[in-house]
Amino acid sequence: MTAQMTRRQFFKVTAGGVASVGLGALGLSPEQVQAATRPFKLERTTEARNICPYCSVSCGVLMYSIGDKAKNVKAEIIHIEGDPDNPVNRGTLCPKGAGLLDMIHSPNRLKYPEVREAGTSEWKRISWDEAITRIATHMRADRDANFQAKNADGVTVNRWQSAGFLASSAASNEAGYLTNKVLRGLGMTAIDTQARI
Amino acid sequence: MASLAPTFGRGAMTNHWVDIKNADLVLIMGGNAAEAHPCGFKWVIEAKKTRSAKLVVVDPRFTRSAAVADFYAPIRVGSDIAFLSGVINYLLTNDKINHEYVQAYTNAGYLINTGYTFNEGMFSGYDEAKRSYDNTTWKYQMDEATGFAKIDYSMQDPQCVLQLMKQHFAPYTPEVVSKVTGTPQKDYEKILEMMGECAKPNKVMTILYALGWTQHSVGSQNIRTMALIQLLLGNIGMAGGGINALRGHANVQGITDMCLIGASLPGYLANPTDKEATLAQFIEAKTPKLLQAGQMNYWSNYSKFFVSHLKSMYGPNATAENQFGYDWMPKIDGAQDVLALFERMHQGKLTGFFCQGFNPLASVPHAAKLGQALAKLKYLVVMDPLTTETSEFWKAHGEYHDVKPEEVQTEVFRLPANLFAEQEGSFTNSGRVIQWRWSGADAPGETKGDAEIMAALFLKLRDMYADGQGANSEPLKKLHWPYRIPNKPSPEELAKEVSGVALADVLDLKDPTKVLAKAGEQLAGFAQLRDDGSTSCGNWIYSGSWSQVGNLMARRDNSDPSGLGQTLNWGFAWPANRRILYNRASCDANGKPWDAKRTVIKWVGDKWTGNDIPDIRPDAPPAEVSPFIMNPEGVARLFAFAGMKEGPLPVHYEPFESPLAENPMFPSNAKAKNNPAARVFPGDQENFGTADAYPFVATTYRLVEHFHFWTKHSWLNAVTQPEQFVEIGEELAKSKGIAHGDKVRVSSKRGKIEAVAVVTKRIPTLQVNGKPTHTVGIPIHWGFKGVTRPGYLTNVLTPYVGDANVQTPEFKAFLVNIEKV
Ligand code: SF4
Repeated sequence: MTAQMTRRQFFKVTAGGVASVGLGALGLSPEQVQAATRPFKLERTTEARNICPYCSVSCGVLMYSIGDKAKNVKAEIIHIEGDPDNPVNRGTLCPKGAGLLDMIHSPNRLKYPEVREAGTSEWKRISWDEAITRIATHMRADRDANFQAKNADGVTVNRWQSAGFLASSAASNEAGYLTNKVLRGLGMTAIDTQARI
Repeated sequence: MASLAPTFGRGAMTNHWVDIKNADLVLIMGGNAAEAHPCGFKWVIEAKKTRSAKLVVVDPRFTRSAAVADFYAPIRVGSDIAFLSGVINYLLTNDKINHEYVQAYTNAGYLINTGYTFNEGMFSGYDEAKRSYDNTTWKYQMDEATGFAKIDYSMQDPQCVLQLMKQHFAPYTPEVVSKVTGTPQKDYEKILEMMGECAKPNKVMTILYALGWTQHSVGSQNIRTMALIQLLLGNIGMAGGGINALRGHANVQGITDMCLIGASLPGYLANPTDKEATLAQFIEAKTPKLLQAGQMNYWSNYSKFFVSHLKSMYGPNATAENQFGYDWMPKIDGAQDVLALFERMHQGKLTGFFCQGFNPLASVPHAAKLGQALAKLKYLVVMDPLTTETSEFWKAHGEYHDVKPEEVQTEVFRLPANLFAEQEGSFTNSGRVIQWRWSGADAPGETKGDAEIMAALFLKLRDMYADGQGANSEPLKKLHWPYRIPNKPSPEELAKEVSGVALADVLDLKDPTKVLAKAGEQLAGFAQLRDDGSTSCGNWIYSGSWSQVGNLMARRDNSDPSGLGQTLNWGFAWPANRRILYNRASCDANGKPWDAKRTVIKWVGDKWTGNDIPDIRPDAPPAEVSPFIMNPEGVARLFAFAGMKEGPLPVHYEPFESPLAENPMFPSNAKAKNNPAARVFPGDQENFGTADAYPFVATTYRLVEHFHFWTKHSWLNAVTQPEQFVEIGEELAKSKGIAHGDKVRVSSKRGKIEAVAVVTKRIPTLQVNGKPTHTVGIPIHWGFKGVTRPGYLTNVLTPYVGDANVQTPEFKAFLVNIEKV
């Protein structure tokens, strides 16, 4: 690795133009790069295996984080690369996946519950407790007003149609399963997901 | 996937990513895998390199997939069915079909009701007022003596499916197809020849498609037309073959499998409707009757899957006496797709709305209508890792989003959700392989996981309803909530619940002295499910993913002894760890592989064995049991007598916004211009534009640097593709005086966007029906939130109409005008 370029910058450059910029064009040989970097930067990291959350190729990724998982220490990911063991991507990532680290650290990530009161023009930070209580209060009032236990023919239908839910295709199967369980458990039927779009 | 289930019995990608390397011919149409699924596309290159496979790309643009293709042909957006129908016509008239396969594994010889007709673009049974068909006349002729469907194995009877198909597709000659699609005839004929080659038993074609086929008012039929081709060529079930739907989001397959869709329950079970008042009525209505002797008719196990699901919902509260809690499950009334939901919201019929990792203002058509609809809500809850446009629909963002906050009375909550890197649990890739993921970091601030947020809302409501007041709270009080930390159900607990557990000893049905699973044990798979309440299983197709052996989704043995790329010990593929669906069809009628070099499974005298989990009962004799075990006739349906709203065979209809005055296939029938069974809401018809005011064909698409509306929040992606642009061909640019780099305004009947013009040779002008037709290409990735430069949501332009079967919006074909700003 040259002094002018860190491993991370190197990844950025190559990832941005995987198709057009070869390593040779940067004046680097892959051996040099590999030999020089990993021990320095990733030595004190913890590795976790995950999957790129973008397209449905579902490339395996290795994520390296610092922070030893001790209490009061937040683990932070400092590097992500393709998982060479994954039989589908075999270590590769595309330009979308190459930016994963910047997604995790995006300045636009939400950190706290917020509310925008009716008719106002700003967000206001609130606690989880307040958020959940206020939302559940809305849900209950709506459900109590619009729940249908039986239809006109006397068939038990137990449905609540006046609230809708769009479910995430970036959620895990387990979170999706629980979401479904809760929604149908409450009697909701107005449910859709990103399968169509 | 509403096209694949009515054809094959299951609605999913048949093969998997690595298997693409086994193909001889790869068709990419209705997708652009090199940009949208780059690391999967690598396997196309592998096929080219290692077995000299050929790649054919058909697309309105010369895409990055086209750039490495052996052959590229342009096509007008929205004319894919005409293109593919011409292929069927060619295969049938030139006898380029795998006869033995077609005869034994499809319904080609089945006789159809004599009342069935097709005239001037319409099938028998149309009700114009309802815009829907009564499909009675599309059914099989039944043999009264046996109770099974009638078959003419010689496939000569004029009422048999093969003969009906010959008639139906005859008008799609190369001349006609070229006129309708704009594909030059000599290019088209070259592709016909290349595809025809694959009728040989040892030549296999695969097709990779994505939203370019689904996002049309005829989306499901686009795919079905291709499915028909693959069946005629005998390519379904083969290694390197199949029909491969490249799904969009990372876990869209998994979330679809979990059926977060109003009309279905996990594992593609139906959600009960008002018509099925009791559990017995529901099971009776959903269990298909056997249509041919000796077939597996796997859905005959419906009651086992469904009752096991009810047990996962209501646990010990679900008993035989209370129909396993059937009454607590809400019954659906009418359409529940996103277009129907926003229509109801627009009419003021919804009070509250939740968006979990979903940004509808950006990803649903006709953004102006959506904004009006959201403003009618009392409360909106957005759960997302990022600041989405939807969460700020009430906020003014200059020219990109012009609203007055004081006029919007919706109370909006924004809850921070974590991202993939901070979660544990499983994702299902496009090829149905479920893989476990581990968390690598703590989420920022007070962020919570999706499951934790749902648990918090549920537990709060359950507490509130402890007062016994208000609407019926019995269903939610009976919901089974066995989690060790109630407000934080763990991924492990949930995964085990999804996979299934024995509640009492599960006995072997053939030999009740044998215990297959002891009470409390994880089940080995769906064959162990029972309908007497002795098993619980959240999602039957995932059954066995966490067996008594452990978490099979977390397996990481990538060994591949067959060399076919099956990696059976990597993760877990549904169903039953099977990697290639319908793999029984990879062998001939005697159980011998069509191509021994690509043996998926084979019959060895007393059982099926090989390089995959057989998609057939392991001891089913090849001559007796047919390969499509989910269909009650055991064969695939070239002719879909049920399940397709607009007809049993595909027909070319124009997009709802078409540059042509009529459907060139049926110029004298105005009713057959667009899909006669597609749903159009009142008010939306008037919002469709016509070619006089909006003369250019537009289509939306994705770029390799971005993923939907997410990566505009990520610096690296924003740097590589910072600013909104549209692409136009040189001829159009010249006629409109637009130069490369100019700012242009693109407008549709519904709205306008402004962006930089990229003038390119990659978008050709096509001759359609004797007239030059220009295409405007619109990448979708910008919006008024993000670290990219602000841009317009593309969906201010798109029309509010969807596919007739699943309501996928018609994002890929509409009309616009373009001017220099
Ligand atoms: S890295 Fe690229 S190809 Fe791989 S899953 Fe992510 S978006 Fe898809």
